[in-house]
Amino acid sequence: MTLDEQTRRDFPILERIVNGRPLVYLDSAASSQKPRSVIEAMARYYETSHANVHRSIHTLGEEATELYEIARDRVQRFIGAAAREEIIFTRGTTDAISIVAEAIGRTLKPGDEILVTDMEHHSNLVPWQVAVRDRGARIRSVPLVGEGILDLAAVDRLLTDRTRVFAFAHVSNVLGTINPVADLVARARRVGALSLVDGAQAVPHLALDMSALGCDFYAFSAHKMLGPTGLGVLYGRLAVLEALEPARGGSEMIKEVWVDRATWNDLPWRLEPGTPPIAETVGLTAAIEYLEKLGMERVREHEQALAVHAVELLGAVPGVRVFGPRRERGAVVSFAVDGWHPHDVAAALDAEGIAVRAGHHCAQPLMRWCGVVGTSRASFSVYNSVEESALLAHAVAGLGGAP
Amino acid sequence: MSSVTRPALYSETIRERWRRPRFRGELLGATATAEDVNPLCGDRVRIQLKLDDGRVSAARFAGDSCAICTASADVLAELIEGRSRAEATALSAADVLGVLQTDVRPTRMRCVTLPISVLAKALA
Repeated sequence: MTLDEQTRRDFPILERIVNGRPLVYLDSAASSQKPRSVIEAMARYYETSHANVHRSIHTLGEEATELYEIARDRVQRFIGAAAREEIIFTRGTTDAISIVAEAIGRTLKPGDEILVTDMEHHSNLVPWQVAVRDRGARIRSVPLVGEGILDLAAVDRLLTDRTRVFAFAHVSNVLGTINPVADLVARARRVGALSLVDGAQAVPHLALDMSALGCDFYAFSAHKMLGPTGLGVLYGRLAVLEALEPARGGSEMIKEVWVDRATWNDLPWRLEPGTPPIAETVGLTAAIEYLEKLGMERVREHEQALAVHAVELLGAVPGVRVFGPRRERGAVVSFAVDGWHPHDVAAALDAEGIAVRAGHHCAQPLMRWCGVVGTSRASFSVYNSVEESALLAHAVAGLGGAP
Repeated sequence: MSSVTRPALYSETIRERWRRPRFRGELLGATATAEDVNPLCGDRVRIQLKLDDGRVSAARFAGDSCAICTASADVLAELIEGRSRAEATALSAADVLGVLQTDVRPTRMRCVTLPISVLAKALA
């Protein structure tokens, strides 16, 4: 049985009819759909155990706290982190990156540099732009070569003793390029720079082991990995997190407070001010259990096969240009159609029940490198089939010369 | 190519203006120029005007945009030529949609209004 045959019925939304056709959902890189087990776990939590976490000395408070902390343990195991204190719950990937950028931003000195890459999502660019502002620090960027891979010679040239952080995507949300994380982390460490990996497109797709990657920070979102919106994770290496002075204050993150000062709580709570998204962590636990049951190696094989299949079929359509590496790639396929603006492609496909993303994908520097204002992008998850990938290519082939 | 005949995605006017825009290009001797982008999709529209005695004597647009946005810019340029600054400023999305002979979904409304807001900047 293929993975989609096994999983399809677990996702109620996939039964929808859109514009008279069965929904073909090819926008999981923007946000994946949720299996029934995730939806039910969150509903069950609200129906039976909801209260605020920590310091609630009553039964519901204890149950909610236990569920919240269990989620932390599940995430720790899922990504191969060494300790539960290394798992910080955030509002999403953007928020996770911002927590680090804000804290490190306060310590930047004139001449310091943040190194990013030309394939970053805006959420791994703009928080750093805010961080360097008014501090005399600056941003440098690794260019791309070939099919859209990082120029490794440039990485070594750009990493210097001025580099404070090297921030880069694990998997490009446009090209599908899978970056050599462990190698890049090691290069950053040689010059004394910290490494931050934007894992938003990798966590849903690859088996992860933080100890093998060796990075200092790793950020991702629950909603792209079959979990709920509004929740993300910041992984940080314990020694690095210990040294990180919090840039955000509030309840939960303190030990003792006076009107003009406070002492900080222990990790991980020190970096989690305010009431966290509790039900969402319950949903994330269910999502991780779902993915673990499928096996991440099988998930990767399935999604990569679909992406490579789509690259081959779309690449064979006259007038269609496919971006990114041909074979070793993540689960996204960006393409352009002659005579068609990407938004019009998406509208035409939507009329046939096929949901794809179109536009700049929050990666405008990368769009400039590709020489386009935007692309159309199909992305795949565990529930997508080879037939859907073929339907996409067939619909694109039927577009004709212009809208 | 697909054997299925599908209904047209957009109105005849939008398709015609996308394929053969009449007012796309450079305007030599322009007296006012404005440009803006749609942050949602990255579309970019520039409008150039020649204003003589408070009247728009010529208008051209340029940029990189979808069919709806391109058609909106093209129709808008046609509508404002010969009009006074006040008349051109008063044009609304409804006027453009009337010429385009279409309704657009809320998610694409910004495609219609981007050229209108660029025109407002050029006339300001």
